[in-house]
Amino acid sequence: MSDSLIKPRIERPPLSEVIEAKAPLFLVPVLMLIGLLAIGSGSTWLTLTAAGLAMGMMIFIMASGLTVIFGLMDVINFGHGAFISLGAFAGFTILGLLGGWIESPSIALNLGAVLLAVAFAMLVTGLAGYGFERLIVKAVYGQHLKQILVTMGGLVVTQQLIYVIWGPDEIVLARPTAFQGSFVVLGAAIEKYRVLAIAIGLALFVAMRLVLSRTRIGLLVRAGVQNGEMVEALGYPIQKLFLAVFMVGCALAGLGGVMWGLYQETITAHMGAEVMISVFIVVIIGGLGSIEGCFIGAMLVGLLTNYTGFLIPKLALVSTILLMGAVLMWRPQGLYPVVKAH
Amino acid sequence: MSDALLTLKGVHTHIGPYHILQGVDLVVPRGGVAVLLGRNGAGKTTTLRTIMGLWQASQGAILFDNAEIQKETTPAIAQREIAFVPEDMGIFTDLTVHENMLLAARSGAIDKERLNWIFGLFPPLKTFWQSAAGNLSGGQKQMLAVARAIIEPRKLLLIDEPTKGLAPAIINAMIAALRELKEMQTTILLVEQNFSMARAVGDTVAVMDDGQIVYSGEMAELADDAELQEKLMGLSLEAHQ
Repeated sequence: MSDSLIKPRIERPPLSEVIEAKAPLFLVPVLMLIGLLAIGSGSTWLTLTAAGLAMGMMIFIMASGLTVIFGLMDVINFGHGAFISLGAFAGFTILGLLGGWIESPSIALNLGAVLLAVAFAMLVTGLAGYGFERLIVKAVYGQHLKQILVTMGGLVVTQQLIYVIWGPDEIVLARPTAFQGSFVVLGAAIEKYRVLAIAIGLALFVAMRLVLSRTRIGLLVRAGVQNGEMVEALGYPIQKLFLAVFMVGCALAGLGGVMWGLYQETITAHMGAEVMISVFIVVIIGGLGSIEGCFIGAMLVGLLTNYTGFLIPKLALVSTILLMGAVLMWRPQGLYPVVKAH
Repeated sequence: MSDALLTLKGVHTHIGPYHILQGVDLVVPRGGVAVLLGRNGAGKTTTLRTIMGLWQASQGAILFDNAEIQKETTPAIAQREIAFVPEDMGIFTDLTVHENMLLAARSGAIDKERLNWIFGLFPPLKTFWQSAAGNLSGGQKQMLAVARAIIEPRKLLLIDEPTKGLAPAIINAMIAALRELKEMQTTILLVEQNFSMARAVGDTVAVMDDGQIVYSGEMAELADDAELQEKLMGLSLEAHQ
């Protein structure tokens, strides 16, 4: 073969392209800086920032499963909120059984109770996800309108099942002793539970990135998000991958449900449906199917909600929708759009 | 050349309301390069996709290594050591060249000796090994698509128009690569509209029109018969050289 005729060249992309590609990474620091300037007080800003990051991490936990499910399976799962609620109630059941551990002053026992509750919630929601995919989603692959209708139906049925099992009343979910109250850093009061939420959210993000970039299953998911047909043509049964990803996505919603329930300290059957507005906003801002975009989007939503809640409370509810509009005007496919084959 | 590795017997394919393949009979001899020619819309791509199970044959039989595969799923067909290079190349643009190749190596690891052989066929892949495949040029993407299909030995390669829209230098690289594969007794079913390419590598040829095979025979026979070319395709090979 004539090597000289097809000599490869490596060209540096123009600076403008590099900046454009990296720009989303600067959004969170820029928002934090704007928040600091607008709030003025360093300690208040630090309290709000910690609250915003914790809220963002919990939304990320709930949204990450949804974005991967959409990216890989092209499924719009309006029933995702059901798994958030179900996870919270499953976690509540375990925390109820481990009352002694929760009330103990031992951090190890407190953390153990939370981890067991999370593990059980993820198991329950993962298995429920299996049933949901087989019974409801499998029949409507590739049909978006039907997906919306049947997954909404699945959401309602699951909510009613929660009423049947745990009753219709709002349930108080007490945080373990070690995660109650606050501590003071640089004059700012930081809730202990928020630090735990940030730690779990960060750990999940790092774990997801490692799985997606360093493992074969991660490689298959990334490839499947782009071109599922080609993944099949390479010899991999994508239906099994779909099912596994759906179960993991539902388990992550369950994890998010426990974390969100402990954050709100109350749980209801419709708590998942309520938080889904923020979850959808984060998924759209990040770019459907993108974990990195979802993470940045969640941080932006969490921080903005807290900053505007303090500065202009009346704007707090619409601030995230305005943010979504601004991001979509800048990048119509979201911060990190996943290029899909057509 | 000996027995048939792949045989299509009266294959019909419907896509929605359209009846695309209307009784395709095709034989791909083991160890040779069979070329499928025909005008746009004749059903060439549909034939390859039907063989791969990406579209289901509504009637007829597809025999691979004497086993019927027309009811099997695409992954099961691929696991019979059939590799497919689609017309759009099917490159995972967000993955690196390395990751694209790794995914194609179903054994889980890339054989270094074979990889060096592929680098010899397609040098740019070595240069851009850790680059996102989306940053490659059209020709380099086509090289990656073919390289991915041959990263492990396969019994049959289905390649859909590998020279479409490519510069002559890249086409020459493709011809050289296919010739080398042919020397290794790899069986190839090649869909092609570039007659020079088809003649350079093909052993046998089949011409499609309106979802049916209207001619099949030796490539040398068709290449030497301008009148037959004119009759089958309305164009002579010479006009395309």
